[in-house]
Amino acid sequence: MIRSLGYFWELIKGSLITARHFVVNMWFHTLKLFGIKTKRRGAVTIQYPEQKKALASRHRSLQRLLKRQDLKPRCVSCMLCVTVCPSECIYVEAAEDPDPDIQKYPSTFIIDLSRCCFCGFCVEACPEDAIRMDTGKIDLAQSTRQDLIYDLDKLLK
Amino acid sequence: MDIVIVLIKIVLALVWFLVLTLYLTWLERKESAVIQDRVGANRASIFGIRILGLFQPFADAIKMIFKEDFVPAFSKKFLHTLAPFLSFFFVAICITAMPFGNDIMVGGRTISLQIFDANVGLLFVLAMLSLGIYGILLSGWASNNRYSLLGGIRGAAQLISYEVALGLSLVGLIMVFPSLKLSEIVQSQGGLLFGFLPKWGVFLQPLGFIIFLFAALAETKRVPFDLPEGESEIIGFFTEYGGLKWGLFMMTDFMEIIIVSTLLTTLFFGGWQVPWLSADGFQFPWGGQWQMARWLVIIFQVLAFNIKVFFFCWLQILIRWTYPRFRYDQLMDMGWKLLVPLSLVNIVGTGLLLMVIK
Repeated sequence: MIRSLGYFWELIKGSLITARHFVVNMWFHTLKLFGIKTKRRGAVTIQYPEQKKALASRHRSLQRLLKRQDLKPRCVSCMLCVTVCPSECIYVEAAEDPDPDIQKYPSTFIIDLSRCCFCGFCVEACPEDAIRMDTGKIDLAQSTRQDLIYDLDKLLK
Repeated sequence: MDIVIVLIKIVLALVWFLVLTLYLTWLERKESAVIQDRVGANRASIFGIRILGLFQPFADAIKMIFKEDFVPAFSKKFLHTLAPFLSFFFVAICITAMPFGNDIMVGGRTISLQIFDANVGLLFVLAMLSLGIYGILLSGWASNNRYSLLGGIRGAAQLISYEVALGLSLVGLIMVFPSLKLSEIVQSQGGLLFGFLPKWGVFLQPLGFIIFLFAALAETKRVPFDLPEGESEIIGFFTEYGGLKWGLFMMTDFMEIIIVSTLLTTLFFGGWQVPWLSADGFQFPWGGQWQMARWLVIIFQVLAFNIKVFFFCWLQILIRWTYPRFRYDQLMDMGWKLLVPLSLVNIVGTGLLLMVIK
């Protein structure tokens, strides 16, 4: 009985901590309600769809294909990205390019986003700097699987 | 005419009770969020208007109403349906005994702001709170699921052992204000102690207050004492319930918080009494006086009752979001080895003091 009295003070201390959090946060919430700007906020929450956190410059988001000056894709269908991709989500079909310096161009280039794990290996592997993951698009959810398959048109956009 | 007045009082009290219950669910979410530096539920909206998520309880209610009313094939159907209603009823009926304010005079007729002013009002409330155990035991038994049964048995054991401390802690209070009538207990808390301190139960019975607070927290079956339910780890007595029946159990929890708050208010914090406020205005112990109209005094008193009840609801939610759960042996130890002996000490001490004073 006496031993259990020992934690009584600790119980009060604990509830004082939560009460302090309540009072302090409530104070800042009330100030905000009356339109008074404070350096500190009542909550640390970022309310996502309305407020967005700035992405880091090296953040890997949706892929895009880059174009040359004549608006053709830079890709030369070397298949390096297809080889390196760990989730095997890239499919490339090559066709012959009339320019002997380029030799090949992709007639189809498909990224299946439902498989992509956003590792960024394809970007690292590309010798032509044709694919990048810097669009900053991160809300990629779709309601059908077909919408997650990105072909050449979508990727070049 | 009397019947009409009683009916109006019942409707008003139930509306007060149920609306407060609904918004306690909102308060619970928001208060826990503020304690944990979060924002809390604020997305529920009607036509794009969301006032701090105040529509959240309605969204919850609509969701629960449209869920399937599922009864497992292996459970006893009648008892399974009966259990949530029992536990809801026995808590809801407690509000009838609570004095919301002093008597008011309307058209030469005295109306007490209390539905049912029984001579044994306090015993009535305690009895109804104890009968709530049947809902728990029955839900555990009728679910016909071993884990639910274990949860129900844990709940019954916990509630019965804390019932003892709950009753004994109030014996001292009944000795000080010699009445079981809740309205009389509140009336006799109106005086002053040593000329300045309001004669509230908490100043006359501090030990009794602490024991009652702990025992009442255990009665509500919420987190420091949530062994019957154990929503995060152990399986509780309402595992086999879903939809609105589960919602009734949840509402019972919140209604118990309100009942405990009203009990704490009426018994230990002077009910509707405002310190130094008598029938015709404030009379401060340092000599000042402040005349007030009769109706203003009554509004003050009803407001005081509500504010005290809100404060204790807030305090109970704060306690729920502060402490981890007791282990079962710790729970039993605290009930039988700490609270019961302490309340016996309180009874003997109060008796001796009363004898010395008289």
